Amino acid sequence: MTTKNIMIVGVGGQGTLLTSRILGNIILQGGYDVKLSEVHGMAQRGGSVVTFVRYGENVAEPIVEAGQADVLIAFERLEALRYAHFLKKDGVLIVNDYRIDPITVVTGAATYPDNILEDLSKQYKVISINAMEEAKKLGNPKTFNVIVLGLAAKHMDFSEEEWLKVIENTVPPKTVEINKKAFKQGFEN
Amino acid sequence: MEKKIMLGNEAIARGAYEAGVKVSSAYPGTPSTEISENIVKYGEIYSEWAPNEKVAMEVAIGASISGVRAMASMKHVGVNVAADPLYTVSYIGVNGGLVLVAADDPGLYSSQNEQDTRCVARAAMVPVLEPSDSQEAKDFMKYAFELSEKYDTPVILRTTTRLAHSQGVVTLEDRVEIEDKTYERNPAKNVMMPGNAIKRHVYVEQRLNDMANDGADMPINRVEMGDTSIGFITSGIPYQYVKEVCPNASVLKLGMVHPLPRKMIEEFASKVDKLYIFEELEPVIEEQVKSWGIKAIGKEIFTVQGEYSANMLRKNLLGEALDVNEAANVPARPPILCPGCPHRSVYSVMNKLKIHAAGDIGCYTLGAVAPLSVVDTTVCMGASISTLHGMEKAKGKDYIKNWVAVIGDSTFMHTGVNSLMNMVYNKSTGTVVILDNSTTGMTGHQDHAATGKTLMGEPTNAIDIVALCKAMGINHINVVDAFDTEKLTQVLKEETQREELSVIITKAPCVLLKGNVFPNKCKPVSEKCKKCGLCLKPGCPALTKAEDGTIMIDETMCNGCGLCKQLCKFDAIETVQA
Repeated sequence: MTTKNIMIVGVGGQGTLLTSRILGNIILQGGYDVKLSEVHGMAQRGGSVVTFVRYGENVAEPIVEAGQADVLIAFERLEALRYAHFLKKDGVLIVNDYRIDPITVVTGAATYPDNILEDLSKQYKVISINAMEEAKKLGNPKTFNVIVLGLAAKHMDFSEEEWLKVIENTVPPKTVEINKKAFKQGFEN
Repeated sequence: MEKKIMLGNEAIARGAYEAGVKVSSAYPGTPSTEISENIVKYGEIYSEWAPNEKVAMEVAIGASISGVRAMASMKHVGVNVAADPLYTVSYIGVNGGLVLVAADDPGLYSSQNEQDTRCVARAAMVPVLEPSDSQEAKDFMKYAFELSEKYDTPVILRTTTRLAHSQGVVTLEDRVEIEDKTYERNPAKNVMMPGNAIKRHVYVEQRLNDMANDGADMPINRVEMGDTSIGFITSGIPYQYVKEVCPNASVLKLGMVHPLPRKMIEEFASKVDKLYIFEELEPVIEEQVKSWGIKAIGKEIFTVQGEYSANMLRKNLLGEALDVNEAANVPARPPILCPGCPHRSVYSVMNKLKIHAAGDIGCYTLGAVAPLSVVDTTVCMGASISTLHGMEKAKGKDYIKNWVAVIGDSTFMHTGVNSLMNMVYNKSTGTVVILDNSTTGMTGHQDHAATGKTLMGEPTNAIDIVALCKAMGINHINVVDAFDTEKLTQVLKEETQREELSVIITKAPCVLLKGNVFPNKCKPVSEKCKKCGLCLKPGCPALTKAEDGTIMIDETMCNGCGLCKQLCKFDAIETVQA
């Protein structure tokens, strides 16, 4: 198979690392070679963060570059816009319909763009979800990222059972049930 | 054999474990921190956080001299702090194997400079290994200990951010218990006074020559012969970009990047029509290869700045136009202090008092940017205190009456304490603010000498910062709750005017510290809001303006610190139970 390229983008603190860990584990169990690249340290403090995931028979480069992503998972609208050009022309953009103002917008130095999803839809295949609302309904707003992952999982090569098993083995024991529920919410959406 | 997906740093820790390492010392620093955080999971290894990298290096040296395999790990700038012992242990060599893991940061993801550890290693005459993925990170770590003992030398394992923070598949093996080497008193080797050192220097030169000659036979240096019209000499992560873009080209992959296996390189160069040298940061390989009269292309087309990529190689080497969409022009999202961060509270007071701060290394460096804009300088760990002292000695005590030094508790224990000694000794009148959040924050919450807990999770003596300052002879020490803006305002005013040295310790745990609970949340009372925007001034990311100009607070982000409530003059923000 040709190497598949996935990106997870969001704002530091939104749980991109947990999501990529689940993703890494399911790919490894599928018997593929895999490389993930993540951001730690200062950039994590409320900044724009990105995780690259590549899998296939033999993966060399650990990062995904502009024009190469098959699936772009965005936990926030502005971050979807920032990284959209990393998508292949026929790539899929999964986006959490949620807004977090960067400090440049809070201080008035910049304006948060309007109609991001509408504009992106003209160029890319966009699937959006208000995962924060759905997660609140489930009783834990922090599981929104697993809902988004569930939605994105429909565009990858693994069954729902495989995903649920990996989630069970990856997330902290206390949060297994709520995370499985969240995943199903996205996957069966 | 079990396969696991591992972060580069996790694989380095695994390599140390399998190599039979017994002692590990480190100071946290991105991108090296997770090495120690993973080593501590192996009960067979004694591991610790040292107050700084010099101490960590010396602990590892002591363990090696005593006869066990030992290591120190740190980020690239930490190697500067550890340079003093490193340059001389190069002469001493080892008893038990000794490895220094140094993590460079091309692209400056979380650092104050972009220095190349290979340059330090060449100056210190220490060999350097450079892995290309997680599997090699583990394997090279083990090989580094073999080389260390075989050639009687410390070895540097050099990584970069991309390797340290990428995950890849690793095959696990068992730990090999290495028998301790016997210790024998040997001053000619272990006491580096001039008469001994001058002889050891001769040995060091010989050792490097031997390693260079043996390099061709080392399995970590390998030739992948392919299309001979184009050849690459490369190492580390850049090797992966070469494989991605030119999978059929001939490649000399160097696992040991210092000293260079000259004969192997000359032979490879003679077999390819056009030779490229593809290395991130400094032209370390390139300059040596060219000095041997070999024709090669390197920094003429590849930059010395930032991180490399496959797309860069495509563009600069093949001249391929990349068919990609334009990046959208979007507002930047730089890192910021977290909602509820105690530094924000302290800086908002300083900003109001128009105080300048000589800054230091930590999350609180973010006080340099708008809207807080308090920090004027940042150099290196501990520099805040000494640079403030330098300003006073240059311009006089009145000049620094609207200045303070700001430094975190971990950074203070690292090297700030030396600078404070200098202030006491040389009669400074400055004001030092220690932002005590009870942890090493930016690297992800590591304990340090003043937290009362070791890396291995044992309770220990917490060094009392107040008592330490008193013992130095400082008479004016104030401990203030970081969120008590009224008290902090008063203390800052008094102490900056006072013509005597003073220390202010602002206390409140890092908002992300494990076990930190937040009983409250802040909530706007819209009908009372006068839309003045005062609460927005400290730049808390949980606060935004609604379309009608009143304040909204994101309940998932707010930690209820109450800073915005303190700033509001109209009681338009209340705290409610979370």
